[in-house]
Amino acid sequence: MELTDLLDIAAKERQARPPHLIRCCTAAGCLSAGSAAVLDRLRGAVHDEGLTERVGVAAVGCMRLCCQGPLVRVDSPVASSGTEGVGMKEELYQRVTPDDAGSIVGGFNGGTVTANKGDLNSAFFQLQSSVILENSGRVEPERIETYIAAEGYQSLHRVLRNFTPAQVVEEITRSGLRGRGGAAYPTGVKWATVAKNPGEKKYVVCNADEGDPGAFMNRSVLESDPHRVLEGMAIAGYAIGANQGYIYVRGEYPLAVQRLHTAIAQAGRLGLLGSHIFSSPFDFRIDLRTGAGAFVCGEETALMASIMGQRGTPTPRPPYPAEHGLWGMPTLLNNVETYANVPTIIRRGADWFASIGTEKNKGTKVFCLTGKVVNTGLVEVPLGTPLRKIVHDIGGGAPDGGTIKAVQTGGPSGGCIPAELFDTPVEYDSLARLGSIMGSGGMIVLDDKNNMVDVARYFMQFCMDESCGKCVPCRAGTVQLHRLLTRILEGRAGAEDVQQLEALCDMVKHTSLCGLGQAAPNPTLSTLRFFRHEYEALLKPGSPAQRMGLPLVAPVSANRPR
Amino acid sequence: MKAFVGEPRGRKKTAALPISNGDPRFEQLEIAMKRYQFRQDALIEVLHAAQKLFGFLDAPTLHFVAHRLKLPPSRVHGVATFYHLFTLTPRGRHTCVVCTGTACYVKSADALLNAVSRAAGIEDGQTTADGELTLRTVRCLEPCGIAPVAVLDGIVKGRETPESLLEQVKGWLPRGTDGSA
Repeated sequence: MELTDLLDIAAKERQARPPHLIRCCTAAGCLSAGSAAVLDRLRGAVHDEGLTERVGVAAVGCMRLCCQGPLVRVDSPVASSGTEGVGMKEELYQRVTPDDAGSIVGGFNGGTVTANKGDLNSAFFQLQSSVILENSGRVEPERIETYIAAEGYQSLHRVLRNFTPAQVVEEITRSGLRGRGGAAYPTGVKWATVAKNPGEKKYVVCNADEGDPGAFMNRSVLESDPHRVLEGMAIAGYAIGANQGYIYVRGEYPLAVQRLHTAIAQAGRLGLLGSHIFSSPFDFRIDLRTGAGAFVCGEETALMASIMGQRGTPTPRPPYPAEHGLWGMPTLLNNVETYANVPTIIRRGADWFASIGTEKNKGTKVFCLTGKVVNTGLVEVPLGTPLRKIVHDIGGGAPDGGTIKAVQTGGPSGGCIPAELFDTPVEYDSLARLGSIMGSGGMIVLDDKNNMVDVARYFMQFCMDESCGKCVPCRAGTVQLHRLLTRILEGRAGAEDVQQLEALCDMVKHTSLCGLGQAAPNPTLSTLRFFRHEYEALLKPGSPAQRMGLPLVAPVSANRPR
Repeated sequence: MKAFVGEPRGRKKTAALPISNGDPRFEQLEIAMKRYQFRQDALIEVLHAAQKLFGFLDAPTLHFVAHRLKLPPSRVHGVATFYHLFTLTPRGRHTCVVCTGTACYVKSADALLNAVSRAAGIEDGQTTADGELTLRTVRCLEPCGIAPVAVLDGIVKGRETPESLLEQVKGWLPRGTDGSA
């Protein structure tokens, strides 16, 4: 495979594309709303109506507005200018049924289209940017040719031909990219550390164990544009001197696993992964590891234990994976979204990337907007965008006349940000100051019907269930915190219970072994900080004994037999 | 770590194993392990394959995997019990999985769970006595746009209410319960 071959594939793919293109979402969100039947009907109808020359049907990935799925988009050239790429008219159809699909195709032969039209000029689409999701909903995840036609794998070629490994690291450092998994560690610094650590073998690991409930950014990227992640990992492998990559995917994502298998096989067949990539001395293989339902495996040391076929329990750091990772070798571990940024940074340059976002937070971030909000789905905005813009303008505010009370960010490790603070720019540091985190990008909107103590208990129960049990503060502490929260919620608690809750939160936060335990008190602490009145409203006055209606008795005598 | 059986790697031992019982699924599991070259670090992938074949992981299966991958049975058992997706007890003929992720939680997923739990007389993780229905919860399946979500025999159903869900699982409930409780 040479560059000319790559460009050849791209040109052929573009030539074969009919002038009209119907794109049907086949990511998990729309599939569960029934998009497989819609796709079948679209294909069948195009064939039956004899439109195969004029109209193509593509099974693409996520088109962001998940609440209105199944989504279908139709691209047609505008009659006046017949040239491709210029003057394309796009239509969006939402909540498409198989019958609607038939009518969409019938529209090309002069029939009436009965499908619900969506508004591509709405704030939801207009206020978003496209870096990580630039190909999502455009390329077909199960056909590598469409990714190549979208300039895919050209960044890898450019790096192998024109860059030394050190230059790649330099470019990533200059871009200001920070880890998108939540810790926000500068990616370039991490790459440089792994690159300089000696080891006979090195590994590149992609963390796709997206366990936060209500967050599905990584799933969407993997299901919609898997080759972007493979290309990013190969570039990382070249930069740090690794020949082997692992993608650790959540077991709950069977579709992502299947599409990654397909993508790895296709890239291997074309020589874009494997030995002597682009006839260079660089070899790179990627293997897939499937998780089996353990939230703690998102923690890097636990994840590596799981890749090596062991129980996913974390180990103390240091040593960090950068020096002592998989099988004791230097290992580079990044999130899906971090790798997904890499091909674009190489293609468009570090300066371009650094021009997006704010001073310390470069680039864009994908968020999953869910909960009590009109538009739920994927949202990609530059870092530093105010929360209000995301929730009220893009999200469209609360449905059914409700009032938005808070946004929960960062999943079970994050916190709740009250509506008064919605002018806060969404950045790693500003959210941390509010006692929350950006995390991997989940945003769950809560309205006035949600009790914040119940929300805190919900997340505490999650952490309690998911604690791996290795260290005591997390294993026992989360259970006690959950009990305290339950007692408050059931109206059996007094002021001293809240004090104990705070003291225990502090202890669990500072003494747990890994991020799960250290962050488990965050939802509780942040709701205590901003919604203390909701806790206080549930408290009962008096001493514990009085609250339980016990008679006041003398203390148990000290010489009780043991 | 010393392997617990001393045979050299690659020797065909299946026939000598009393646990395989001539069940062809053990042969298929053997093939799955061969694909991973009997590598010990592929244990989780092998257990996934085993669960797909048998529906659950019982002691003979785990013992077979331990023997073939030359791992201590304690290690295999430890891994199988650590991860939530592996089950050591058989499942019912039908499964109803209620998502309890955050988006479903704020849209009252607990009402769905309670409705099915009450109607079938089983708790989360249990199977009805007649082996018809298993009720499970899962932490976020992530079609959050159509929350609250339930999965009935592998088919994802969105925007459920307790009534609509009961209507769909009615046929799987034990006799004498009609979901009207």
